[in-house]
Amino acid sequence: MSEMQDYKSGPKFETFSYLPQMTPDQTRQHIQFIINNGWNPAIEHVEPARSMKYFWYMWKLPMFGEQSVDVVLQELEACHREYPNHHVRLLGYDNYSQSQGMNFVVYRG
Amino acid sequence: MAKKYEAGVKDYRETYWQPDYVPLDSDLLACFKITPQPGIDREEAAAAVAAESSTGTWTTVWTDLLTDMDYYRGRCYRIEDVPGDDSCYYAFIAYPIDLFEEGSIVNVLTSLVGNVFGFKAVRALRLEDIRFSLAYVKTCNGPPHGIQVERDKMNKYGRPMLGCTIKPKLGLSAKNYGRAVYECLRGGLDFTKDDENVNSQPFMRWRDRFLFCQDAIETAEEETGERKGHYLNVTAASPEEMYERAEFAKEIGSPIIMHDFFTGGFCANTGLARWCAKNGVLLHIHRAMHAVVDRNPHHGIHFRVLAKTLRLSGGDHMHSGTVVGKLEGDREATLGWIDLMRESFIPEDRSRGIFFDQDFGSMPGTMPVASGGIHVWHMPALVAIFGDDSVLQFGGGTLGHPWGNAAGAAANRVALEACVDARNRGIDVEREGKAVMENAASHSPELKIAMETWKEIKFEFDTVDKLDGANR
Repeated sequence: MSEMQDYKSGPKFETFSYLPQMTPDQTRQHIQFIINNGWNPAIEHVEPARSMKYFWYMWKLPMFGEQSVDVVLQELEACHREYPNHHVRLLGYDNYSQSQGMNFVVYRG
Repeated sequence: MAKKYEAGVKDYRETYWQPDYVPLDSDLLACFKITPQPGIDREEAAAAVAAESSTGTWTTVWTDLLTDMDYYRGRCYRIEDVPGDDSCYYAFIAYPIDLFEEGSIVNVLTSLVGNVFGFKAVRALRLEDIRFSLAYVKTCNGPPHGIQVERDKMNKYGRPMLGCTIKPKLGLSAKNYGRAVYECLRGGLDFTKDDENVNSQPFMRWRDRFLFCQDAIETAEEETGERKGHYLNVTAASPEEMYERAEFAKEIGSPIIMHDFFTGGFCANTGLARWCAKNGVLLHIHRAMHAVVDRNPHHGIHFRVLAKTLRLSGGDHMHSGTVVGKLEGDREATLGWIDLMRESFIPEDRSRGIFFDQDFGSMPGTMPVASGGIHVWHMPALVAIFGDDSVLQFGGGTLGHPWGNAAGAAANRVALEACVDARNRGIDVEREGKAVMENAASHSPELKIAMETWKEIKFEFDTVDKLDGANR
């Protein structure tokens, strides 16, 4: 058994924030997962100090019916370019359950 | 034509066995498993159960003729063999909706599992399933919030939620207990839970516990930026004390409280669920005492009935068994009753032990809670079995971590997220579980140690209450 370590807590960002930052390829697969489920991709961003608020800024409108992983990736990148110091998260709106099937921070501000 | 009154005893089958009856959409339907006394034929025993659970008594009475008994009686309309068991058979009984007070699970159970269970003509009796008609469902309040509202309030999406019951369950002071809560939450759990035994004992009175737990929640939220909760157990000796505790929990800002629906009773539970809906507090339901009535395959009430009645009585979370942990639970049967907790329409499916189509209409779903003897190695199977709409609770599996609660919580959170990530990317997490976990552990020392600690623990006893047919 290795030596006991001190646990350091710090800011987290809900789902997937306990994993290492995703590789671009991993992000692509999650976008594909959203599309395969018939969910609508959407992007939101916020200043890190306000990250606990329910409502973040919407980046444009949700991408209703979008089938292209590339388009979603390009929008994520565009949002990150415009707000490099903000958290940027990707959502999958599930209109059937009126919930979000997916929601995770792609860029940590 | 009006009937003449004839005093005396009639065979039950003359009145209550009606194989040509076509159930109405509004009827409540029940499936009983009957083990008769020797020498009693099937139709007579089945008709007796229909009679004793509805309008009948052992002898004819003149006042029967003052009402429309043809309308009010329950009727047995079908008898079926039990696969693999000749000692018993299924009887299907239809009850007109007017036999039951609107929105009262108390009233339904008093009739269906009342005197009839002590009836001499049956050696053993088990209520296997109830079909609640949509007309009746609409009279019940149901879960105070439901899965979708809980996700929005707690800001948890795209994964199961994580919880942990604080141990030792008895004997901690309120402040030490709050410390254990805080450590779990800051390490990455979404919820912690009062043990069901914790009410308001001399070593830790409820008000002190509530205040320290709420402080733990708020501190952990501030530190992590994530929303957290602790199920404050408001189960009490009397409804007055229960509501007093609930009011205080709301006042200090607790997002969720908890109740033991079976020991507390359906009257208290339904009342508390309505209070929770009115006051915006989530409701976690524990099920102490359930195994007393649902474990014997020949006598009692099947858990799927308890799950349905709890959903109607009201609860946002309900313990469902884990399939893989230390407590009883067959996989297919568990999948059946977690559907009954979460879905809007559940079709008849005998391979999952579901005897009737069940339509819950617009009633929100209850989140199944998997808790009891589970640890990080069970994570791939739990994610595969339960899917996202569930709470996975690791008590010993968090607190027993060699580096403490926060590290234990982080280990569970990493394992959970790794399994969900793998699943979303098209990996069969159950089959590839070991590789997924080992990969996750390569960047989490907390998970690595957890996996070394619990590697050898297994709970492989055979299930006592199998689905009928599996005994063959």
